[in-house]
Amino acid sequence: MAVPAYASPLERTWHYTYLVICGLIFFFLIAPIIVIIPLSFNAEPYFTFTEKMLSFDPSGYSMRWYDMLLTFGMQEPQAERGWSWWMDVWHHATWIDVAKNSIIIGFFSTILATVLGTLAALGLSRPEMPFRRAVMAVLISPMIVPIIITATGLFFFYSKTGLAHTYPGIIMAHATLGIPFVIITVTATLVGFDHSLSRAAANLGADPRTTFFKIVMPLILPGVVSGALFAFVTSFDEVVVVLFVAGYDQQTIPRQMWNGIREQISPAILAVATILVFVSIALLTTVELLRRRSEKLRGMSPG
Amino acid sequence: MSDATMEPTELRTADGLPLKKALAKSQARAKRRAFLLVAPLFLFVLITFVVPIGQMLLQSVYNDSFSKNAPALGQWFSEHPLGTPIDESAYAALAADLKEMKANRTQGEAGTRINYDVAGTRSLFTSTARKADKLEPPYKEAILDINEGWSDPNLWRAMRSASHPYTIDFYLAALDMTRDKDDNIVSVDETRSIYGTLFMRTAILSLVITVLCMILAFPIAHLLASLPLAKSNLLMIFVLLPFWTSLLVRTTSWMVLLQQQGVLNDIMVWLGIVSDNGRLEMMYNKTGTIVAMTHILLPFMVLPLYSVMRTIPVSYVRAARSLGATSWTAFRRIYLPQTLPGIGAGALLVFILSVGYYITPALVGGADGQLISNMIAFHMQKSLNWSLAAALASLLLGGVIILYWLYDRLVGIDNMKLG
Repeated sequence: MAVPAYASPLERTWHYTYLVICGLIFFFLIAPIIVIIPLSFNAEPYFTFTEKMLSFDPSGYSMRWYDMLLTFGMQEPQAERGWSWWMDVWHHATWIDVAKNSIIIGFFSTILATVLGTLAALGLSRPEMPFRRAVMAVLISPMIVPIIITATGLFFFYSKTGLAHTYPGIIMAHATLGIPFVIITVTATLVGFDHSLSRAAANLGADPRTTFFKIVMPLILPGVVSGALFAFVTSFDEVVVVLFVAGYDQQTIPRQMWNGIREQISPAILAVATILVFVSIALLTTVELLRRRSEKLRGMSPG
Repeated sequence: MSDATMEPTELRTADGLPLKKALAKSQARAKRRAFLLVAPLFLFVLITFVVPIGQMLLQSVYNDSFSKNAPALGQWFSEHPLGTPIDESAYAALAADLKEMKANRTQGEAGTRINYDVAGTRSLFTSTARKADKLEPPYKEAILDINEGWSDPNLWRAMRSASHPYTIDFYLAALDMTRDKDDNIVSVDETRSIYGTLFMRTAILSLVITVLCMILAFPIAHLLASLPLAKSNLLMIFVLLPFWTSLLVRTTSWMVLLQQQGVLNDIMVWLGIVSDNGRLEMMYNKTGTIVAMTHILLPFMVLPLYSVMRTIPVSYVRAARSLGATSWTAFRRIYLPQTLPGIGAGALLVFILSVGYYITPALVGGADGQLISNMIAFHMQKSLNWSLAAALASLLLGGVIILYWLYDRLVGIDNMKLG
């Protein structure tokens, strides 16, 4: 937006000040995330830029913290780096172990949340749905209710039902937390859905199943996938429920980070954080592409 | 003609059903179908979310760790109303229970329950139960011989109220109240009232964070909304990337920035704003909590504001200007009122999310940046007073539900948008 021709000098000054303020706020948003990336290559165990780093001296940078992510928890970290060393990493390294857990729990809870959430969103977007508002309020509430309350409730419930310290327990809890996101994104896609398309399919002789998989599904797929990504991130990022109901075997990446931050914070945490930042950049890009595709499919403004 | 004499008949479908009935039938079928689609998820959420929260609510009013271990005292209390002098029969019941507790090794559990109410009484149970086998009548003397503390009327009052598993005592404790020896509800003295202060602090900090988010979100949302779509989508990355980045990552980076030997302090020393010895303490206090949480919750304010501002036609402000309004008046009287729905939606969302925050205050808050969630976690994990944790959580839940209801009324949950 440009300054209009009739603007007074005062308004011009204000306009540029305003742009500077906006720039500063954007800086506030992004700088904390960017700053940890170079710091994770610090050769020293400090959390600030050393002299050498500032003068771009290569010896001020190192990969030692990334290396530590592999060696931490290994049985023989000093051994020669061959096949058996990597097998040791795969089986014993703590961070690899928690990453596996995070992916397993994230994957299954995403599947659960996406399937159930998409079905429910299809039902909720029908005008005939009884008690629509109330049901929707209940289904969205896991996102609103403070996570500490959910975790407290789950702790009591799981310790009575034997689900505590099990994978299914955590997967179910994470699915519940991801469901609101699936419902919100899929219902948003369904708002612009042209129902005459499915009627046309039925008219041309397709049974409801064919109509769903051939007509409805391709159109709402971008919404479903971005809902699934939201659900995955929710699980991937969740720590409070894991803190309360997970056992030693179900530790996840955020849980291990939590340990690391509370006990002895080392730049290894920043290395994990950097990797996670790149994961979120990848996810954000995917969601953005999906959103554009969805808009194109629905004939809205080309993004 | 015969047609003219025919009775006016109902409209019927091809199958011969009255049209009204057929319509009702098909509507019922559509209703059922919609319901069946939602049912599996509804059941799932009921089991993994609603039932656990119900359990928590139950835990906040139900605690049987004393009543199930002290049946004789329970019997005595039910037979003798409040105000009965604590005589030999009461002590006999106590002795019987202490013997049983020793046999089952439950004196610690029962004592802990009473200890919640009257501090320092857990050791009374454990030490007396150790010698319980040697107790002989007259029990009153024998027990008082072991420990004089048993004569405390407040202790007997506490045991009386704990002899019912159902109790509101934990809510009283969560509201900084207690009962005196005559069973009247009174506030605890100022120095021991921690929860009220904590609830207040949570509300105030959340309010501060909400206002800060409002102030920071407004300019950038306005900029994003007034730029052409291609450019604003690009700038939107600055808002969405933090939104997609792990909470722990963002908290960690704030720890790195705010530390005394951290980046921000280094920059300030380098610029000469503070001396090397005068490095600011920006973490492990309220400042840390406020700064980090504002950063984390800012996208939740920008997104609803942006989506409302996008829909405001530019021509309104231009019209105001052409009618002679100054740019300030046009902004204040024309633009600002139209953004109110967005401000309301964002502010409510940020406030709701911040009252229940746990991770960030726990990591960067130190002692005086803790919120009510941290106290709940403390009672769950450290002090193991689960009923008090549940009572605090229920109070917080009540507050959040009111705000959620307000959000639904004012904004509508259907209008919640992500990204």
